[in-house]
Amino acid sequence: MYSILAVDDSASMRQMVSFTLKNAGFNVVEAVDGQDAFEKANSRDFNLVLTDQNMPRMDGISLTRKLREHPKFKATPILILTTESSDQMKQAGRAAGATGWLVKPFDPAKLIEVIGKVIR
Amino acid sequence: MSATTPASASADVGIDLSQFYQVFFEEAGENLATMEQMLLSIDLAAADDEELNAIFRCAHSVKGGAATFGFADVAALTHQMETLLDKLRRHELAPSAGMVDVLLAAGDALKAQLARHQSGGEGDSVDTAHLLAQIRAFVEGSAATVATATPAVAAASPTPTVTPVAVSGLRLLELTVGPLDKPEQANSLVELFSEIPDLGSIEPLDAGRDADGMRRFKLATTSSDNDLLDLFTFHVAREHVKLTPLTAGYGFHAGAPGAPAAEPAADANPGFGFFDDAPGAPSSHTTGPASVLAAAPATAPGAKPEGPRPAAKPEAKVTPTAADTTLRVSIDKVDQLINLVGELVITQAMLAQNSKSADDALSQQMAAGLTDLERNTRDLQEAVMSIRMIPMSLVFSRFPRLLRDLAAKLDKKVELVQVGEATELDKGMVEKITDPLTHLVRNSCDHGIELPAERLARGKPEHGTITLAASHQGGSIVIEVRDDGKGLNRATLLRKAREKGIDAPDSMTDGEVWSLIFAPGFSTAEVVTDVSGRGVGMDVVKKNITALGGTVEIDSAEGYGMSVKVRLPLTLAIMDGMSVGVGGECYILPLGSVIESFQVQADTIKSMGGDGRVVQVRDEYMPVLHLERVFDVPRVGSTQTTNNIMVVVEAEGGRVALLVDELLGQQQVVVKNLEANYRRVPDVSGATIMGDGRVALILDTAALVRRSRH
Repeated sequence: MYSILAVDDSASMRQMVSFTLKNAGFNVVEAVDGQDAFEKANSRDFNLVLTDQNMPRMDGISLTRKLREHPKFKATPILILTTESSDQMKQAGRAAGATGWLVKPFDPAKLIEVIGKVIR
Repeated sequence: MSATTPASASADVGIDLSQFYQVFFEEAGENLATMEQMLLSIDLAAADDEELNAIFRCAHSVKGGAATFGFADVAALTHQMETLLDKLRRHELAPSAGMVDVLLAAGDALKAQLARHQSGGEGDSVDTAHLLAQIRAFVEGSAATVATATPAVAAASPTPTVTPVAVSGLRLLELTVGPLDKPEQANSLVELFSEIPDLGSIEPLDAGRDADGMRRFKLATTSSDNDLLDLFTFHVAREHVKLTPLTAGYGFHAGAPGAPAAEPAADANPGFGFFDDAPGAPSSHTTGPASVLAAAPATAPGAKPEGPRPAAKPEAKVTPTAADTTLRVSIDKVDQLINLVGELVITQAMLAQNSKSADDALSQQMAAGLTDLERNTRDLQEAVMSIRMIPMSLVFSRFPRLLRDLAAKLDKKVELVQVGEATELDKGMVEKITDPLTHLVRNSCDHGIELPAERLARGKPEHGTITLAASHQGGSIVIEVRDDGKGLNRATLLRKAREKGIDAPDSMTDGEVWSLIFAPGFSTAEVVTDVSGRGVGMDVVKKNITALGGTVEIDSAEGYGMSVKVRLPLTLAIMDGMSVGVGGECYILPLGSVIESFQVQADTIKSMGGDGRVVQVRDEYMPVLHLERVFDVPRVGSTQTTNNIMVVVEAEGGRVALLVDELLGQQQVVVKNLEANYRRVPDVSGATIMGDGRVALILDTAALVRRSRH
């Protein structure tokens, strides 16, 4: 069973993402910000990291950069959820080592579609 | 526009988004409260970066959720706020008082919008057109003229105006232009948006470069397709323009880890992407924006793919969020728990009672276990009750905003000092005390604090101070509203009272004179303002607090200010009571109102005219109420008992001696609402179940005191 780390500081978004993923048969661990996610990522393995961009303590870009420094997460798909679809944001994600992005708002079907493309 | 409604699109995976609405509403409410709090405390001259970021994040978070869950009007307003806040945190604009006013007004409008959605969209939609225009003016830096008008507008309508005109929500559209011989022609559409601010926003989806003469843009607009197309035809032929709902976007960075190998070229703008060379990205090229993006850093001059964008905020020293250490549960579940514990307390008392009648050997064996059970039950009860306790800061938090608006309206300068915000109180109590406290604070600001000039003339600081203080004192919580205003004037109060036909002799003590302001219809304000109303209120305040089992005390020094102290029990669910027997019945008196009890001889009770009877207690004559007669208790068998016991109770500043047969004991009782379970009964405030399983009525001492006056 695939494990996904879902990171978002918004409880409603986290619930929606988590519920959707669990419903689709994934194992989900939630984290409330980058710092929390990084700690959780250190203690166990994940097949995919799905992170919000703008969060307190540690944002999604910093989280991505830190995870990529970790040998365990060198090749793990990391998707950044963002409300800004600007190139600037995308390039920041790219520079940090993100696999891709998903623009908010998205619906559960779209989320499953995108995840299906990276977890096979 | 079904494509932009997440709920319909999500039907594919069978997930009903409405199940997350409640969490979103609560979260949005918290975000708006935090935002308001921070906006009120912001230092315009030296706004902290982290503060600005935190305010931005509140709007950002609400926008993200609103867009996801399909609340277009909320998303549209927060989008505009976010744009302004983004410019502030990037220091592209300096914060101003006008901006704070507009953002506060926008926060109010959002609350109204959310409340409307929460009630299922009933009522008229909130008109935010004016607010949107004001925020946009600040964003564009053209607010010089608007800014001066802004505070006036905000002050004049602190609550959002509601009009029957429905504002259509913000729509996200994809605009495809072409094929064009000169693709740069499409840039004139971008100019069009900057010329007509009401159109919304436009941003390129193709990094400014065409693909075979086709250009793609993302529009955020409230205008209709037809309006947009009409406008566009001035620049580009209609057949070359296509508007489609923007699908939720995603993408992969080609070459990034985990990115798919080949992206089918189905969706023109899938809204997602992979980076070519990023770890985990698919090895072969992707379509659409992904491939465009992959090329962008290589060819776009000035692009710096290496350095992290300044947008990536420094890892802040914000206190860790409580989300992972707290649990959000519905109040119904907690109340159910409290009810069950209440039943357990009763069962435990019943067991203790029954064990007494068991034979000695068995009773000995059970005693130890019963003692443990009693202790555990009590601990459990306390633990469960503490779940319902919430800090007073939840009540106090509304006052900074209220005072700010009120002081501005009255041309006064007021500072608010809060003490003991962490003091906890039962949730039910908090809800009921909010209105009375609001009235007291308004009153202090309106009638207490003087105008700045007057204060200076009296040698006081120009700023008045209102202090809100909460503390625990014994089994009660004391909330004090104190101001350093003009205080109460004894002569004025006495004169007013006499004008109203209230008996007010000069011999009244100060305390009694101050209490006159609680008399119905009493108002000392020379000018009736729309702030504190028309003398309605203080009597209602007192009545509401008394109904909660609380008391109000006033202290005042003319010229120096006044203080109103509200004393409340910590909870309404459990009460310390004294049980008394009358005939075969058992009644409970709230222990807090019992002054003393003593045995009397029948002949010390003196008859007054009619049914009235009094008893002399030391130097004082006190009205006597015969509980047996009040409740028509039937006497079975034996005649009138000679063992007369008086229990003196105090309420609403008066005392009455209750004549009962016996004192049964003191115990904590679980209060059951009689109105909810049966109907309202005069002189009775509730009921409880005793250890032996019998129902006992809890007496309303205030009603009994009132009864004795007639």
